[in-house]
Amino acid sequence: MSGTGSETTGMGAAGATLAPGGRGGAWRERGRLVVMTLGPILGALVLSGLLLLVLGVDPLAYYGYVVERGLLSPYGVQATFTRMGPLLLIAAGLIVAFRAGIWNLGGDGQFLLSAVVVAALAPLLAPLMPVWLVLLAALLVGALVGAAWSLLPALLKAYQGVNEIITTLMMTFLGVSFANVLVKLFFRDPTTTVPQTRTLPVADRLPRLFDTTVSSGVLIGLVAIIAVHVVMTRTAFGLKLRIVGANPRAAVHAGLNVPLLTVLTFALSAGLAGLAGAVEILGVQGNVRADWNPAYSLTVIPLVFLARFNGFASIAFVFLFSVLSIGGESAARRTGVPNFFTLVVVAILLVMLGVTEYLDQRRRAAGR
Amino acid sequence: MGALFTDAFLTSLVLGALTAGLPLLLAGLGEQISEKAGVLNIGIEGMMLMGAYLGFVVAYTTGSVWLGFLGGAVGGMAVALPMVVLCIRLGLNQIVIGIALTLGTEGLTALLHHFQFAQSYPRLPAVPTLPIPGLSELPVIGPALFDRPAIVYLAILAVFVTAYVFRSTQLGLALQAAGDKPAALDAAGVDVVNVRSFAVFTTGALAGVGGAFMAEVGAGIFVPFMTNGAGFIGIVLAMQARGNPFWVLAGALLFGACLSATTALQVAGVSIPTDVIQMLPFAAVLLVLVLFGRRASLPAALGTHYVRGAR
Repeated sequence: MSGTGSETTGMGAAGATLAPGGRGGAWRERGRLVVMTLGPILGALVLSGLLLLVLGVDPLAYYGYVVERGLLSPYGVQATFTRMGPLLLIAAGLIVAFRAGIWNLGGDGQFLLSAVVVAALAPLLAPLMPVWLVLLAALLVGALVGAAWSLLPALLKAYQGVNEIITTLMMTFLGVSFANVLVKLFFRDPTTTVPQTRTLPVADRLPRLFDTTVSSGVLIGLVAIIAVHVVMTRTAFGLKLRIVGANPRAAVHAGLNVPLLTVLTFALSAGLAGLAGAVEILGVQGNVRADWNPAYSLTVIPLVFLARFNGFASIAFVFLFSVLSIGGESAARRTGVPNFFTLVVVAILLVMLGVTEYLDQRRRAAGR
Repeated sequence: MGALFTDAFLTSLVLGALTAGLPLLLAGLGEQISEKAGVLNIGIEGMMLMGAYLGFVVAYTTGSVWLGFLGGAVGGMAVALPMVVLCIRLGLNQIVIGIALTLGTEGLTALLHHFQFAQSYPRLPAVPTLPIPGLSELPVIGPALFDRPAIVYLAILAVFVTAYVFRSTQLGLALQAAGDKPAALDAAGVDVVNVRSFAVFTTGALAGVGGAFMAEVGAGIFVPFMTNGAGFIGIVLAMQARGNPFWVLAGALLFGACLSATTALQVAGVSIPTDVIQMLPFAAVLLVLVLFGRRASLPAALGTHYVRGAR
């Protein structure tokens, strides 16, 4: 995990801290990071396990089943890798926004609308052009749809100073209903009784990796999140965004075009969420059924925070979450614990993370 | 279009606006109190949902509407408690914790509902109404406005009480100072942390009652995720109301009318997919933000943690 040692992004600020973090031995610093990362995870699993006990479910059996189905079984681990694709893209988009100090909480709307448009478009294009061109066009359109759905919050934030938390959330609620309207009224497959879009033939989907069932979407996700990490930490453009995030007024005085950078951040962040929607359709679903909404974005937010906006650490956490999510879906059928449980785990994880950061700050302040 | 505006249509539109708007009113009012004191309460959606769940459970098990509302208030305050401890006492990020509380409550209530009621989906009996003599006889608005459950009148009364507290009491002054210049409040010998904690608990109670209203009066049933963004609309109401509770009331009725348009249009015999109608309140919120976004006023110290003696 390169770069983790020099970056500590507290929960106190939405943006990234620019100053290098702790002093002292590199090993001690690493040990501290390990504790601060694994502590909340263990704490969240224990507390969630207690909840399972209260509900009359054996937590060890549940977690064991999750690990078996999400990680150890050949089918499960392949599903886990496939699930990582869109989640990594969403995480990449969130890293761009959060490092630039912008709360893009509208990822679910951006994701879903892109998914619906791609699902409507790709089966129409498939007979007309070669597969690679269909996929390329669909990915591009997905990114554009996602970005377009963030335009209103972006302009309101950049030029009117309207709080983007509210506007992006509103756009998500609007977008989810709008996606349903599109599926039911305009993009509906006339040959099915259930309202859904036409289905993209398996031959026209994103290619699978080697002889597995893993969709190559996971590669797109890995490339995107590493690219985002490098751009945000190693380039002038990334530095500009981080300055805007750390201190918008200082950024104005430094001669940066803050409104333009704000709109760009939104477009990048939402574009990546849109790309995630396209990858989910082209690689996994093949169509969109009415009322389908996996609501990935809100659950990825805690993972990105846990990774302290570091791209490489995010990959690890997205992997863990994918295991939990794929395993949880199987466990829902076997143990009768619905998948809502994953939401509780993520929420407790977030709270534990906050408490850990607080304790760490206290400890450092005491040691100074 | 003339046929649309029959008495039945108008009554159901006004009634629906009130029924759908009341939870928004309580959420908006609660959020306004938090924001006035300098706390951006993103967890309000979770507080409403917990209020809806607990309100339903208590009303269902005890058979008492009023105990149900009390349960709703307790549920909202139970979600407010971690917010108070983590954000106001320890100073963690209000937005991150707010998201966590909303996600966690969504998961927890859906989980509990699954284990308790997923087989039976019990319904509550209709909440008895309290007709106001004379006024309830009026055509159209009489049955829609003046023949409602007593909690409706109390909620409207809460608007006046909040306005009075804001304008004419020490408490109102302390709340405002906690949001605008916490250091000054501290210097005056009032504990900022306590004032803010009080504000967040009040928000939890109001939002919880709002959620309980959705479950007990609005739907008569608890459904996972049933608040569906009502708490977030409450945040917008509070932002646009610029510290004035009466604007929250006006906005809540406007958005309530949008939310209830489905039922009213069905009464009028117009068939539109519910998804189109569900877009209405959010579209209206965004329109309001586009038109008046610049004029939204928020306290200077909103979202920041106050540490005594820190610069």
